[in-house]
Amino acid sequence: MKSFSNKYIFIYSAVLVAIVAVILSVVAMGLKDRQQENIRNEKMQTLLAAINVTIDRDGAEALYKEYFTRELTVGTDGSILSEYDIATGEMISGTERAFNVNLKAEQGKEKAGQQGAFPVYLFQKDGQTGYVIPTQGNGLWGPVYANIALDADLNTIIGVTFSHDSETPGLGAEITTEKFQAPFIGKKILDENGTVVSIAVKKHANPEGEHEVDAISGGTMTSNGVSAMLGNDLARYQAYITNTLQSSVEPQPAVEEAANNNEKEASNE
Amino acid sequence: MSNNLKLFTTPLAKNNPITVQILGICSCLAVTAQLKPAVVMALSVTVVVALSNFIISLLRNTIPPRIRIIVQLVVVSALVILVNQVLMAFVYDVSKQLSVYVGLIITNCIVMGRLEAFAMSHKPFESLLDGIGNGLGYGIILVILGFVRELLGSGTLWGYPVMEKLGMYKIGYENNGLVIMAPMALILVGIIIWIQRSKDKDLQEN
Repeated sequence: MKSFSNKYIFIYSAVLVAIVAVILSVVAMGLKDRQQENIRNEKMQTLLAAINVTIDRDGAEALYKEYFTRELTVGTDGSILSEYDIATGEMISGTERAFNVNLKAEQGKEKAGQQGAFPVYLFQKDGQTGYVIPTQGNGLWGPVYANIALDADLNTIIGVTFSHDSETPGLGAEITTEKFQAPFIGKKILDENGTVVSIAVKKHANPEGEHEVDAISGGTMTSNGVSAMLGNDLARYQAYITNTLQSSVEPQPAVEEAANNNEKEASNE
Repeated sequence: MSNNLKLFTTPLAKNNPITVQILGICSCLAVTAQLKPAVVMALSVTVVVALSNFIISLLRNTIPPRIRIIVQLVVVSALVILVNQVLMAFVYDVSKQLSVYVGLIITNCIVMGRLEAFAMSHKPFESLLDGIGNGLGYGIILVILGFVRELLGSGTLWGYPVMEKLGMYKIGYENNGLVIMAPMALILVGIIIWIQRSKDKDLQEN
């Protein structure tokens, strides 16, 4: 075996690492735009999937504009920090689109005691309006994500999509399957008092229970992660949900009463 | 040429990386709960072992022995990341499937094992064949495990509900949850090794 001088070893490793670094960065830079576009389209695709619209990735953008109307970011105090009109492509208030929010960064801000901006997507589909709330948490090996589509009552789940980066195929990765996701539909995230109680993912869940679904056998850590993710993230919308429900429920009877009064007056005359 | 053919065929059975060299056990437990990921993993490992064997074999006379493992690691990880980046841009769905395995491939003992045992001392073409052979040998075991575990554990094959279509559930059949767990993969590998050694006298140690 040849012997190599220390100098040769240093130069060899430096050159090797430099070459590999250059190749990888050139490739990464060159492909970045295409990758970003794929990621954006996929995000739209998963948001659409949450409201039960299935579409391939290339068609996602057009349908996203058709079904989704507004993107909001809200603070944990219920304040609306930004509003974006999807049809016209204009910011109504605030500066950052909910779509571009880095959820993980906002969660970090919130932990550090600052105000985070959390996204809400408003959709309108076949006359039904509702909300999609994105969540992100930790599974066993890496992040897990979910989009929760809520009915106009901000309580009943009408669709969910789960995704993950690196959960074990066949075990934790089963959260992306229909079998795991279907039981979420029809569950409620609020209790009778309007407090967010989320959905628990647990073993031997009662199928009739409004706040629980069955965990994945062999995927306990991922199931626990999903459960914690939903609990933590949905709770941040407590104030927003309470405000929205109050402002949408209370004025309506008032309007109806006024209308009734008018009718009465009209009939009296 | 028959020598070269041998390089390609011995890893399939007689010198199988999993059952004889006992390499890559870790990843074979992790990805064989279903057939599909097992096949994806088998193909990815085959490509990576073959290419990295080839590259390391080209470089073999320039690599200083004292840092050879690090050099091998750099080549393997660069290769895996490169492939993943390209897939991400052009066939995004495949890359999503593969992203789970990237870490598992880089740390797969088979890749390092073959580089160290073969590519460092053989010519590029032979190393390429050895890489493909070992990748496929690994793949065979993965596919067998994935087949058995998905069929008995989930009652499906490639996601298709076989047991349900056969009407097995109606006559009281139930999926075996234990088969999905990692320990069962180890037991199955043990059974395969047992069968193989009882058939092949050369592998028996006494």
